[in-house]
Amino acid sequence: MTAVPDEVELFSTIRALLSAHNSAGIEIRRDTDLAADLSIDSVAAMDLVMEIEERYDLDIPVNEISELRTVGDLVDLVRRQIEERRG
Amino acid sequence: MGIFDKYRGIAARREVVRALGIDPFAVRLEQVLSPTRAVIDGRETILLGTNNYLGLTFEPACVEAACAASRRFGTGTTGSRIANGTYGLHRELEEAFARFLNRRACIVFTTGYQANLAMLAGLAGPRDILLVDADSHASIWDGCRLSGAKVIRFRHNDPEDLDRRLRRLAGEGECRLIVVEGLYSMRGDVAPLRDFIEVKKRHDAHLFVDEAHSFGVYGANGRGVAEAQGVEKDVDFIAGTFSKSLGAVGGFGASDDPDFDLLRYCARPYMFTASPSPATMASTRAALERIAADRGLLARLWRNARHLHAGLVDLGLGVCAPPSPVVAVRLPDERSAVWAWNRLLVAGVYVNLALPPGTPEGLCLLRCSVSAAHEPAEIDAALSRFAELARELRAAA
Repeated sequence: MTAVPDEVELFSTIRALLSAHNSAGIEIRRDTDLAADLSIDSVAAMDLVMEIEERYDLDIPVNEISELRTVGDLVDLVRRQIEERRG
Repeated sequence: MGIFDKYRGIAARREVVRALGIDPFAVRLEQVLSPTRAVIDGRETILLGTNNYLGLTFEPACVEAACAASRRFGTGTTGSRIANGTYGLHRELEEAFARFLNRRACIVFTTGYQANLAMLAGLAGPRDILLVDADSHASIWDGCRLSGAKVIRFRHNDPEDLDRRLRRLAGEGECRLIVVEGLYSMRGDVAPLRDFIEVKKRHDAHLFVDEAHSFGVYGANGRGVAEAQGVEKDVDFIAGTFSKSLGAVGGFGASDDPDFDLLRYCARPYMFTASPSPATMASTRAALERIAADRGLLARLWRNARHLHAGLVDLGLGVCAPPSPVVAVRLPDERSAVWAWNRLLVAGVYVNLALPPGTPEGLCLLRCSVSAAHEPAEIDAALSRFAELARELRAAA
Protein backbone atom coordinates (compact mmCIF):
# COMPACT_ATOMS: atom_id res chain seq x y z
CA MET A 1 0.00 0.00 0.00
CA THR A 2 1.30 3.46 -0.94
CA ALA A 3 2.30 5.57 2.05
CA VAL A 4 1.04 9.15 2.04
CA PRO A 5 4.05 11.32 1.16
CA ASP A 6 4.50 14.56 3.04
CA GLU A 7 3.70 17.87 1.36
CA VAL A 8 7.33 18.66 0.52
CA GLU A 9 8.00 15.27 -1.03
CA LEU A 10 4.79 15.31 -3.05
CA PHE A 11 5.39 18.84 -4.35
CA SER A 12 8.98 18.00 -5.18
CA THR A 13 7.98 14.87 -7.14
CA ILE A 14 5.31 16.71 -9.11
CA ARG A 15 7.65 19.63 -9.76
CA ALA A 16 10.20 17.18 -11.19
CA LEU A 17 7.55 15.64 -13.46
CA LEU A 18 6.55 19.13 -14.60
CA SER A 19 10.09 20.00 -15.63
CA ALA A 20 9.48 18.39 -19.04
CA HIS A 21 6.79 21.03 -19.64
CA ASN A 22 8.84 23.93 -18.31
CA SER A 23 10.86 24.91 -21.36
CA ALA A 24 10.85 28.55 -20.24
CA GLY A 25 12.46 27.54 -16.94
CA ILE A 26 10.03 29.45 -14.73
CA GLU A 27 9.94 28.88 -11.00
CA ILE A 28 7.25 26.27 -10.30
CA ARG A 29 5.14 27.19 -7.26
CA ARG A 30 1.80 26.05 -5.91
CA ASP A 31 0.05 28.91 -7.71
CA THR A 32 1.70 28.20 -11.09
CA ASP A 33 -1.09 27.88 -13.67
CA LEU A 34 -0.82 24.58 -15.58
CA ALA A 35 -2.32 25.91 -18.82
CA ALA A 36 -1.29 29.58 -18.82
CA ASP A 37 2.22 29.24 -17.38
CA LEU A 38 3.26 25.78 -18.54
CA SER A 39 1.12 25.41 -21.71
CA ILE A 40 -0.23 22.08 -20.48
CA ASP A 41 -3.31 21.32 -22.59
CA SER A 42 -6.09 18.88 -21.72
CA VAL A 43 -4.33 15.84 -23.19
CA ALA A 44 -0.94 16.77 -21.72
CA ALA A 45 -2.63 17.12 -18.31
CA MET A 46 -4.00 13.58 -18.61
CA ASP A 47 -0.56 12.30 -19.66
CA LEU A 48 1.01 14.04 -16.67
CA VAL A 49 -1.56 12.49 -14.35
CA MET A 50 -0.75 9.08 -15.83
CA GLU A 51 2.90 9.53 -14.83
CA ILE A 52 1.82 10.46 -11.32
CA GLU A 53 -0.48 7.41 -11.19
CA GLU A 54 2.46 5.15 -12.03
CA ARG A 55 4.70 6.84 -9.48
CA TYR A 56 2.16 6.34 -6.68
CA ASP A 57 0.34 3.19 -7.91
CA LEU A 58 -2.96 5.06 -8.20
CA ASP A 59 -5.96 5.50 -10.45
CA ILE A 60 -7.01 9.14 -10.62
CA PRO A 61 -10.42 9.52 -12.31
CA VAL A 62 -10.41 11.68 -15.45
CA ASN A 63 -13.50 13.34 -13.96
CA GLU A 64 -11.21 15.10 -11.46
CA ILE A 65 -8.62 16.34 -13.95
CA SER A 66 -10.74 18.91 -15.78
CA GLU A 67 -11.07 20.89 -12.53
CA LEU A 68 -7.30 21.36 -12.18
CA ARG A 69 -5.91 24.86 -12.68
CA THR A 70 -2.75 25.19 -10.64
CA VAL A 71 0.13 23.03 -9.49
CA GLY A 72 -1.35 23.30 -5.98
CA ASP A 73 -4.66 21.87 -7.23
CA LEU A 74 -2.73 18.93 -8.68
CA VAL A 75 -0.76 18.32 -5.49
CA ASP A 76 -3.98 18.41 -3.44
CA LEU A 77 -5.73 16.02 -5.82
CA VAL A 78 -2.90 13.50 -5.67
CA ARG A 79 -2.79 13.72 -1.87
CA ARG A 80 -6.56 13.10 -1.64
CA GLN A 81 -6.34 10.14 -3.99
CA ILE A 82 -3.45 8.58 -2.07
CA GLU A 83 -5.32 9.06 1.20
CA GLU A 84 -8.49 7.52 -0.25
CA ARG A 85 -6.57 4.53 -1.55
CA ARG A 86 -4.88 4.11 1.78
CA GLY A 87 -8.32 4.22 3.43
CA MET B 1 -14.46 40.22 -18.47
CA GLY B 2 -15.58 39.27 -21.99
CA ILE B 3 -17.27 35.93 -22.48
CA PHE B 4 -14.63 34.90 -25.03
CA ASP B 5 -11.66 36.03 -22.92
CA LYS B 6 -11.09 32.47 -21.75
CA TYR B 7 -10.21 31.56 -25.33
CA ARG B 8 -7.48 34.20 -25.79
CA GLY B 9 -4.84 31.46 -25.84
CA ILE B 10 -6.65 29.66 -28.65
CA ALA B 11 -7.08 32.93 -30.56
CA ALA B 12 -3.36 33.71 -30.30
CA ARG B 13 -2.43 30.24 -31.50
CA ARG B 14 -4.86 30.54 -34.41
CA GLU B 15 -3.19 33.77 -35.48
CA VAL B 16 0.25 32.13 -35.45
CA VAL B 17 -1.04 29.32 -37.68
CA ARG B 18 -2.83 31.74 -40.04
CA ALA B 19 0.32 33.86 -40.38
CA LEU B 20 2.11 30.85 -41.87
CA GLY B 21 -0.23 30.64 -44.87
CA ILE B 22 -3.68 29.22 -45.54
CA ASP B 23 -5.94 28.68 -42.52
CA PRO B 24 -5.86 24.88 -42.17
CA PHE B 25 -9.04 24.85 -40.13
CA ALA B 26 -11.13 26.70 -42.73
CA VAL B 27 -10.24 25.02 -46.01
CA ARG B 28 -12.99 25.61 -48.55
CA LEU B 29 -13.70 22.92 -51.11
CA GLU B 30 -15.18 25.08 -53.87
CA GLN B 31 -16.16 22.09 -55.98
CA VAL B 32 -16.00 18.41 -55.19
CA LEU B 33 -15.22 16.69 -58.48
CA SER B 34 -15.03 13.09 -57.28
CA PRO B 35 -14.20 11.13 -54.10
CA THR B 36 -10.52 11.95 -54.73
CA ARG B 37 -10.54 15.38 -56.41
CA ALA B 38 -11.78 18.84 -55.45
CA VAL B 39 -11.17 22.46 -56.39
CA ILE B 40 -9.52 24.36 -53.54
CA ASP B 41 -8.41 27.97 -54.00
CA GLY B 42 -9.22 27.61 -57.70
CA ARG B 43 -6.81 24.67 -58.01
CA GLU B 44 -7.68 21.05 -58.76
CA THR B 45 -6.44 19.14 -55.73
CA ILE B 46 -5.92 15.49 -54.86
CA LEU B 47 -7.94 14.68 -51.74
CA LEU B 48 -5.82 12.62 -49.38
CA GLY B 49 -7.56 13.48 -46.12
CA THR B 50 -11.29 12.85 -46.39
CA ASN B 51 -11.81 9.50 -44.57
CA ASN B 52 -13.75 8.50 -47.68
CA TYR B 53 -12.19 5.06 -47.41
CA LEU B 54 -14.31 3.24 -49.96
CA GLY B 55 -14.96 6.26 -52.16
CA LEU B 56 -18.74 5.81 -52.08
CA THR B 57 -19.78 9.47 -51.86
CA PHE B 58 -20.44 9.58 -55.61
CA GLU B 59 -21.60 5.98 -55.96
CA PRO B 60 -24.54 6.21 -58.41
CA ALA B 61 -26.72 3.74 -56.46
CA CYS B 62 -26.21 5.75 -53.24
CA VAL B 63 -26.87 9.11 -54.87
CA GLU B 64 -30.00 7.79 -56.61
CA ALA B 65 -31.28 6.17 -53.40
CA ALA B 66 -30.83 9.47 -51.52
CA CYS B 67 -32.66 11.42 -54.23
CA ALA B 68 -35.51 8.91 -54.40
CA ALA B 69 -35.91 8.88 -50.59
CA SER B 70 -36.02 12.67 -50.48
CA ARG B 71 -38.74 12.74 -53.11
CA ARG B 72 -40.76 10.06 -51.37
CA PHE B 73 -40.26 10.91 -47.68
CA GLY B 74 -39.13 14.56 -47.73
CA THR B 75 -35.88 16.30 -46.86
CA GLY B 76 -35.92 15.84 -43.09
CA THR B 77 -37.60 13.95 -40.29
CA THR B 78 -38.22 17.14 -38.28
CA GLY B 79 -37.89 15.49 -34.91
CA SER B 80 -36.69 12.69 -32.70
CA ARG B 81 -37.88 9.13 -33.04
CA ILE B 82 -39.08 8.96 -29.47
CA ALA B 83 -41.31 12.03 -29.84
CA ASN B 84 -41.99 12.35 -33.55
CA GLY B 85 -41.98 8.81 -34.85
CA THR B 86 -39.79 6.25 -36.55
CA TYR B 87 -39.73 5.99 -40.33
CA GLY B 88 -39.76 2.61 -41.97
CA LEU B 89 -36.37 3.61 -43.37
CA HIS B 90 -34.88 3.81 -39.86
CA ARG B 91 -35.99 0.28 -39.01
CA GLU B 92 -34.95 -1.12 -42.38
CA LEU B 93 -31.49 0.37 -42.02
CA GLU B 94 -31.14 -0.97 -38.48
CA GLU B 95 -32.15 -4.42 -39.67
CA ALA B 96 -29.70 -4.19 -42.58
CA PHE B 97 -26.87 -3.24 -40.17
CA ALA B 98 -27.77 -6.06 -37.78
CA ARG B 99 -27.66 -8.55 -40.65
CA PHE B 100 -24.39 -7.15 -41.99
CA LEU B 101 -22.77 -7.24 -38.56
CA ASN B 102 -24.26 -10.59 -37.49
CA ARG B 103 -25.65 -8.85 -34.40
CA ARG B 104 -28.96 -9.28 -32.67
CA ALA B 105 -29.80 -5.58 -32.72
CA CYS B 106 -28.65 -2.23 -34.05
CA ILE B 107 -29.65 1.37 -33.36
CA VAL B 108 -28.85 4.20 -35.76
CA PHE B 109 -27.93 7.69 -34.59
CA THR B 110 -27.85 11.07 -36.26
CA THR B 111 -24.06 11.43 -36.31
CA GLY B 112 -21.09 9.27 -35.45
CA TYR B 113 -20.28 11.63 -32.60
CA GLN B 114 -23.75 11.10 -31.18
CA ALA B 115 -23.42 7.34 -31.60
CA ASN B 116 -20.54 7.30 -29.11
CA LEU B 117 -22.26 9.83 -26.88
CA ALA B 118 -25.48 7.83 -26.81
CA MET B 119 -23.86 4.42 -26.42
CA LEU B 120 -21.54 5.42 -23.59
CA ALA B 121 -23.98 7.69 -21.76
CA GLY B 122 -26.64 5.03 -22.13
CA LEU B 123 -24.55 2.01 -21.16
CA ALA B 124 -22.78 3.52 -18.15
CA GLY B 125 -24.20 5.33 -15.16
CA PRO B 126 -22.86 7.10 -12.08
CA ARG B 127 -22.23 3.81 -10.24
CA ASP B 128 -20.19 2.29 -13.06
CA ILE B 129 -16.56 2.60 -14.11
CA LEU B 130 -15.41 3.31 -17.65
CA LEU B 131 -11.86 2.28 -18.52
CA VAL B 132 -10.84 4.22 -21.60
CA ASP B 133 -7.83 3.95 -23.92
CA ALA B 134 -5.66 7.07 -23.64
CA ASP B 135 -5.85 7.85 -27.38
CA SER B 136 -9.63 7.77 -27.61
CA HIS B 137 -11.59 10.21 -29.75
CA ALA B 138 -13.24 13.29 -28.25
CA SER B 139 -16.69 11.76 -28.76
CA ILE B 140 -15.71 8.94 -26.41
CA TRP B 141 -14.49 11.32 -23.71
CA ASP B 142 -17.63 13.41 -24.08
CA GLY B 143 -19.83 10.32 -23.87
CA CYS B 144 -17.97 9.25 -20.75
CA ARG B 145 -18.55 12.64 -19.16
CA LEU B 146 -22.25 12.56 -20.04
CA SER B 147 -22.60 9.12 -18.42
CA GLY B 148 -21.61 10.39 -14.97
CA ALA B 149 -19.50 7.24 -14.48
CA LYS B 150 -16.06 7.22 -12.91
CA VAL B 151 -13.63 7.41 -15.86
CA ILE B 152 -10.19 5.81 -15.68
CA ARG B 153 -7.70 6.30 -18.52
CA PHE B 154 -5.25 3.52 -19.36
CA ARG B 155 -2.14 3.60 -21.54
CA HIS B 156 -2.80 3.41 -25.26
CA ASN B 157 -3.04 -0.16 -26.60
CA ASP B 158 -1.63 -1.50 -23.32
CA PRO B 159 -3.63 -4.49 -21.96
CA GLU B 160 -1.15 -4.90 -19.08
CA ASP B 161 -1.82 -1.36 -17.86
CA LEU B 162 -5.56 -2.03 -18.15
CA ASP B 163 -5.16 -5.25 -16.17
CA ARG B 164 -3.18 -3.46 -13.45
CA ARG B 165 -5.86 -0.81 -13.10
CA LEU B 166 -8.71 -3.32 -12.99
CA ARG B 167 -6.88 -5.16 -10.22
CA ARG B 168 -6.58 -1.92 -8.24
CA LEU B 169 -10.28 -1.22 -8.85
CA ALA B 170 -11.43 -4.68 -7.68
CA GLY B 171 -14.72 -4.40 -5.85
CA GLU B 172 -15.38 -0.86 -7.08
CA GLY B 173 -18.21 0.08 -9.44
CA GLU B 174 -21.30 -1.94 -10.30
CA CYS B 175 -20.24 -2.53 -13.91
CA ARG B 176 -16.89 -2.01 -15.62
CA LEU B 177 -16.90 -1.13 -19.32
CA ILE B 178 -13.62 -1.12 -21.29
CA VAL B 179 -13.64 1.36 -24.17
CA VAL B 180 -11.26 1.12 -27.13
CA GLU B 181 -11.23 1.93 -30.83
CA GLY B 182 -10.59 -0.53 -33.67
CA LEU B 183 -8.40 1.71 -35.83
CA TYR B 184 -7.10 4.87 -34.17
CA SER B 185 -7.71 7.84 -36.41
CA MET B 186 -4.60 9.87 -35.68
CA ARG B 187 -1.68 7.44 -35.71
CA GLY B 188 -3.43 4.78 -37.79
CA ASP B 189 -2.65 1.94 -35.40
CA VAL B 190 -4.96 -0.93 -34.42
CA ALA B 191 -6.12 -2.19 -31.01
CA PRO B 192 -4.90 -5.64 -29.84
CA LEU B 193 -8.46 -6.79 -29.14
CA ARG B 194 -7.61 -10.40 -28.32
CA ASP B 195 -5.38 -9.27 -25.44
CA PHE B 196 -7.97 -6.80 -24.20
CA ILE B 197 -10.58 -9.56 -24.25
CA GLU B 198 -8.41 -11.75 -22.02
CA VAL B 199 -8.23 -8.91 -19.51
CA LYS B 200 -11.96 -8.28 -19.82
CA LYS B 201 -12.77 -11.89 -19.01
CA ARG B 202 -10.35 -11.98 -16.10
CA HIS B 203 -12.12 -9.06 -14.46
CA ASP B 204 -15.71 -9.76 -15.53
CA ALA B 205 -15.94 -6.50 -17.44
CA HIS B 206 -17.66 -5.52 -20.71
CA LEU B 207 -15.94 -4.40 -23.90
CA PHE B 208 -16.99 -1.57 -26.21
CA VAL B 209 -15.18 -1.10 -29.54
CA ASP B 210 -15.58 2.01 -31.65
CA GLU B 211 -15.12 0.84 -35.24
CA ALA B 212 -15.67 4.30 -36.75
CA HIS B 213 -12.51 4.17 -38.86
CA SER B 214 -12.33 0.40 -39.26
CA PHE B 215 -15.88 -0.49 -40.35
CA GLY B 216 -15.85 -1.27 -44.07
CA VAL B 217 -12.08 -1.35 -43.95
CA TYR B 218 -10.96 -4.34 -41.82
CA GLY B 219 -12.11 -7.97 -41.87
CA ALA B 220 -12.91 -10.18 -44.84
CA ASN B 221 -16.46 -8.78 -44.90
CA GLY B 222 -15.59 -5.25 -43.78
CA ARG B 223 -17.13 -5.64 -40.32
CA GLY B 224 -14.10 -4.11 -38.65
CA VAL B 225 -11.06 -4.93 -36.55
CA ALA B 226 -13.02 -7.37 -34.37
CA GLU B 227 -13.80 -9.42 -37.47
CA ALA B 228 -10.22 -9.16 -38.73
CA GLN B 229 -8.93 -10.47 -35.39
CA GLY B 230 -11.62 -13.18 -35.12
CA VAL B 231 -13.02 -11.93 -31.81
CA GLU B 232 -16.46 -10.52 -32.65
CA LYS B 233 -18.31 -12.77 -30.19
CA ASP B 234 -16.29 -11.41 -27.28
CA VAL B 235 -16.96 -7.77 -28.13
CA ASP B 236 -20.10 -6.77 -26.24
CA PHE B 237 -20.87 -3.47 -27.95
CA ILE B 238 -19.70 -1.83 -31.14
CA ALA B 239 -20.24 1.66 -32.49
CA GLY B 240 -19.51 3.15 -35.87
CA THR B 241 -20.23 5.94 -38.27
CA PHE B 242 -21.78 6.45 -41.69
CA SER B 243 -19.38 9.29 -42.41
CA LYS B 244 -16.28 7.32 -43.35
CA SER B 245 -16.57 4.15 -45.42
CA LEU B 246 -20.33 4.59 -45.93
CA GLY B 247 -20.01 8.07 -47.42
CA ALA B 248 -22.88 9.75 -45.54
CA VAL B 249 -23.51 11.29 -42.08
CA GLY B 250 -24.78 9.30 -39.11
CA GLY B 251 -23.78 6.54 -36.72
CA PHE B 252 -24.74 3.18 -35.33
CA GLY B 253 -24.41 1.00 -32.29
CA ALA B 254 -24.90 -2.76 -32.20
CA SER B 255 -24.91 -5.61 -29.71
CA ASP B 256 -26.19 -9.13 -29.02
CA ASP B 257 -27.43 -8.11 -25.56
CA PRO B 258 -31.19 -8.82 -25.38
CA ASP B 259 -31.73 -5.56 -23.48
CA PHE B 260 -29.85 -3.40 -25.99
CA ASP B 261 -33.08 -1.79 -27.21
CA LEU B 262 -33.47 -0.12 -23.80
CA LEU B 263 -30.92 2.47 -24.93
CA ARG B 264 -33.72 4.04 -26.97
CA TYR B 265 -35.38 5.05 -23.68
CA CYS B 266 -32.35 6.23 -21.73
CA ALA B 267 -29.68 7.53 -24.12
CA ARG B 268 -30.23 11.26 -24.31
CA PRO B 269 -28.28 11.81 -27.58
CA TYR B 270 -30.77 9.39 -29.19
CA MET B 271 -33.87 10.76 -27.51
CA PHE B 272 -33.38 14.49 -27.81
CA THR B 273 -32.21 15.05 -31.36
CA ALA B 274 -33.73 14.81 -34.81
CA SER B 275 -33.37 11.38 -36.37
CA PRO B 276 -31.28 10.74 -39.52
CA SER B 277 -32.79 12.11 -42.72
CA PRO B 278 -34.46 9.93 -45.37
CA ALA B 279 -31.65 10.68 -47.83
CA THR B 280 -29.01 9.60 -45.30
CA MET B 281 -30.77 6.35 -44.46
CA ALA B 282 -31.34 5.44 -48.10
CA SER B 283 -27.79 6.19 -49.27
CA THR B 284 -26.29 4.41 -46.25
CA ARG B 285 -28.33 1.31 -46.93
CA ALA B 286 -27.26 1.35 -50.58
CA ALA B 287 -23.63 1.74 -49.45
CA LEU B 288 -23.97 -1.23 -47.10
CA GLU B 289 -25.32 -3.32 -49.96
CA ARG B 290 -22.44 -2.21 -52.17
CA ILE B 291 -19.85 -3.19 -49.54
CA ALA B 292 -21.47 -6.59 -49.11
CA ALA B 293 -21.54 -7.19 -52.86
CA ASP B 294 -18.12 -5.89 -53.91
CA ARG B 295 -15.02 -7.22 -52.16
CA GLY B 296 -12.98 -5.38 -54.78
CA LEU B 297 -13.49 -2.15 -52.82
CA LEU B 298 -11.53 -3.53 -49.88
CA ALA B 299 -8.82 -4.88 -52.15
CA ARG B 300 -8.35 -1.53 -53.89
CA LEU B 301 -8.34 0.34 -50.58
CA TRP B 302 -5.57 -1.85 -49.16
CA ARG B 303 -3.56 -1.75 -52.39
CA ASN B 304 -3.61 2.05 -52.17
CA ALA B 305 -2.88 2.08 -48.43
CA ARG B 306 0.23 -0.09 -48.89
CA HIS B 307 1.30 1.97 -51.90
CA LEU B 308 1.16 5.26 -50.00
CA HIS B 309 2.73 3.82 -46.84
CA ALA B 310 5.64 2.22 -48.70
CA GLY B 311 6.24 5.40 -50.68
CA LEU B 312 6.36 7.60 -47.59
CA VAL B 313 8.66 5.17 -45.79
CA ASP B 314 10.97 5.12 -48.84
CA LEU B 315 11.15 8.91 -48.66
CA GLY B 316 12.46 8.64 -45.12
CA LEU B 317 9.46 10.38 -43.61
CA GLY B 318 8.42 9.44 -40.07
CA VAL B 319 5.31 7.27 -40.48
CA CYS B 320 3.52 6.49 -37.23
CA ALA B 321 2.21 2.94 -37.73
CA PRO B 322 2.21 -0.09 -40.04
CA PRO B 323 0.17 0.20 -43.27
CA SER B 324 -3.48 1.11 -42.81
CA PRO B 325 -5.91 3.43 -44.59
CA VAL B 326 -4.72 6.14 -42.16
CA VAL B 327 -1.11 7.04 -42.81
CA ALA B 328 0.22 9.75 -40.51
CA VAL B 329 3.55 11.51 -41.06
CA ARG B 330 5.22 12.92 -37.97
CA LEU B 331 6.75 16.42 -38.10
CA PRO B 332 9.11 17.73 -35.43
CA ASP B 333 6.97 20.67 -34.26
CA GLU B 334 3.84 22.69 -34.92
CA ARG B 335 5.54 25.33 -37.04
CA SER B 336 7.11 22.85 -39.44
CA ALA B 337 3.86 20.84 -39.60
CA VAL B 338 1.85 23.93 -40.57
CA TRP B 339 4.51 24.93 -43.11
CA ALA B 340 4.59 21.43 -44.63
CA TRP B 341 0.80 21.24 -44.78
CA ASN B 342 0.74 24.55 -46.68
CA ARG B 343 3.40 23.36 -49.09
CA LEU B 344 1.38 20.26 -49.92
CA LEU B 345 -1.87 22.17 -50.42
CA VAL B 346 -0.28 24.72 -52.71
CA ALA B 347 1.22 21.79 -54.64
CA GLY B 348 -2.28 20.31 -55.06
CA VAL B 349 -2.48 17.70 -52.29
CA TYR B 350 -4.93 18.04 -49.42
CA VAL B 351 -4.08 16.17 -46.22
CA ASN B 352 -5.17 16.82 -42.63
CA LEU B 353 -3.10 18.92 -40.30
CA ALA B 354 -3.39 17.36 -36.84
CA LEU B 355 -2.03 19.23 -33.85
CA PRO B 356 -2.15 18.86 -30.04
CA PRO B 357 -4.40 18.54 -28.11
CA GLY B 358 -6.21 16.79 -30.96
CA THR B 359 -3.33 14.32 -31.20
CA PRO B 360 -1.77 11.96 -28.66
CA GLU B 361 1.55 12.66 -26.96
CA GLY B 362 1.85 16.15 -28.42
CA LEU B 363 2.34 14.80 -31.95
CA CYS B 364 2.25 17.18 -34.92
CA LEU B 365 1.02 15.20 -37.91
CA LEU B 366 0.28 15.35 -41.59
CA ARG B 367 -2.53 12.84 -41.57
CA CYS B 368 -3.39 11.11 -44.84
CA SER B 369 -6.39 8.89 -45.44
CA VAL B 370 -6.53 6.65 -48.47
CA SER B 371 -9.55 5.75 -50.59
CA ALA B 372 -10.40 2.75 -52.73
CA ALA B 373 -11.26 5.36 -55.35
CA HIS B 374 -7.69 6.68 -55.63
CA GLU B 375 -6.00 5.73 -58.87
CA PRO B 376 -2.42 4.50 -58.41
CA ALA B 377 -1.34 7.53 -60.48
CA GLU B 378 -2.93 9.83 -57.89
CA ILE B 379 -1.00 8.15 -55.09
CA ASP B 380 2.19 8.52 -57.17
CA ALA B 381 1.42 12.20 -57.79
CA ALA B 382 0.90 12.77 -54.06
CA LEU B 383 4.14 10.91 -53.29
CA SER B 384 6.06 13.12 -55.71
CA ARG B 385 4.82 16.18 -53.76
CA PHE B 386 5.87 14.50 -50.53
CA ALA B 387 9.30 13.84 -52.10
CA GLU B 388 9.74 17.57 -52.76
CA LEU B 389 8.62 18.25 -49.22
CA ALA B 390 11.08 15.71 -47.80
CA ARG B 391 13.93 17.39 -49.72
CA GLU B 392 12.92 20.81 -48.40
CA LEU B 393 12.63 19.52 -44.84
CA ARG B 394 16.09 17.95 -45.04
CA ALA B 395 17.52 21.19 -46.45
CA ALA B 396 15.89 23.21 -43.68
CA ALA B 397 17.26 20.85 -41.03
